[in-house]
Amino acid sequence: MITPTTSSITLIDRMQHILARAGLRRSRFRIRPGLYALGDPNSNSQVFVTANYGLSFDTLRSALSNIDCYILVLDTKGINVWCAAGKGTFGTEELIRRIGEVKLKDHVTHDILILPQLGASGVAAHEIERRTGFKVEYGPVRANDILQYLQNHAATPNMRRVTFNFMDRLILIPVELTHVFLPTIILMALLYFLSGPIPALTVPLVVIAGLLVFPLLIPWIPTPNFSTKGFLLGSMVAVPLFLLALISFPPAIWWKKLGVALPYLLIVPSLVAFITLNYTGATPFTSKSGVKREIFAFFPIMFWMFLAGVFIGTLFRFIR
Amino acid sequence: MIGRSKKSKYLETTLKYDATLCTGCGMCSTVCPHGVFVQKDGIAQLARPTACMECGACALNCAVRAISVDAGTGCATAQMIASLKGSKEPTCGSGCC
Ligand code: SF4
Ligand code: SF4
Repeated sequence: MITPTTSSITLIDRMQHILARAGLRRSRFRIRPGLYALGDPNSNSQVFVTANYGLSFDTLRSALSNIDCYILVLDTKGINVWCAAGKGTFGTEELIRRIGEVKLKDHVTHDILILPQLGASGVAAHEIERRTGFKVEYGPVRANDILQYLQNHAATPNMRRVTFNFMDRLILIPVELTHVFLPTIILMALLYFLSGPIPALTVPLVVIAGLLVFPLLIPWIPTPNFSTKGFLLGSMVAVPLFLLALISFPPAIWWKKLGVALPYLLIVPSLVAFITLNYTGATPFTSKSGVKREIFAFFPIMFWMFLAGVFIGTLFRFIR
Repeated sequence: MIGRSKKSKYLETTLKYDATLCTGCGMCSTVCPHGVFVQKDGIAQLARPTACMECGACALNCAVRAISVDAGTGCATAQMIASLKGSKEPTCGSGCC
């Protein structure tokens, strides 16, 4: 069975894209796996392969405007191509199964499949050819380069590179912020009643530093890895808070003042660094072994700094 | 074989390439999203090994197995969750990407 589709993106599609980008209702944004006909394809038409995440499918079909072709949608459990390839759901086995299930050989006479390049970490092209007879061709990384790619089925080096520029990072911010919105509010309220306004103020500042300022400034923070970038950024937030706490704490006994203010210098940088360390998952260039080394090197520091800060903070809450 | 430096945590990689096996098919430079391989003199050459993010695409698509890499996710969250759960291979959770 072939499902007809078009390359036009409707208002409803756009609404869904916005929700998906904001990290809301993403799990429902799936399309049915199978073979789709875009326009009026015949047995010579190209076959494009994609994931059953709505945003992946819509990006592909809208990039293929005025092209009659087939789109083969794999069951990636509603996950985009790259992440699914990493998990293996956009993978060799699923592609082979899907080719058989839609009886692709009955619909086309050629033997070319065009896959997105980022699907390559899940698919072994030579295995597909050996087991199905179809030759895998890896198209460009970005769907908007497809028309240019189709002119002679070749990609320029730039079309083969992933980018992580300012816009790419900007577009990721809403997802991250929606994830932490509720916990932030709850924690703020809790800290306000437990320890007062400055501790409560710390929560949104940490979130803003880690999830909004950090992603935008990644290339310009002058240290080589995510944790140290986070420590640096966190310190810039912590110092004003430290001074604020020093000034606003009334008794003039210096060590009590210090005891109340010091936790900011310990807790804020370690929390921001923890957030930025976790940001590695959102970037397209950190490696497994690199992240592993970073966790080993810096997580213990974050952990003990945080613990020391909480300990000193609690202690001075009672002796002041 | 690969440039090693202590300067950055990300300059070391598990990527290994055996040029004697290479047939020059060009697949690795096609699939790599970071331009790690280029084709020169009829075989693949490592042009930017330190840019490797260990996605595994080149190794998986090299029919003669000239490339090996310890592929996996460069996501700290996934790795920490995996070590908490005691599972060997970190993968992204369902709520993630
Ligand atoms: S994929 Fe393998 S055989 Fe082909 S060029 Fe790369 S290293 Fe050589
Ligand atoms: S593992 Fe991925 S990033 Fe590293 S060289 Fe291979 S294709 Fe490129």
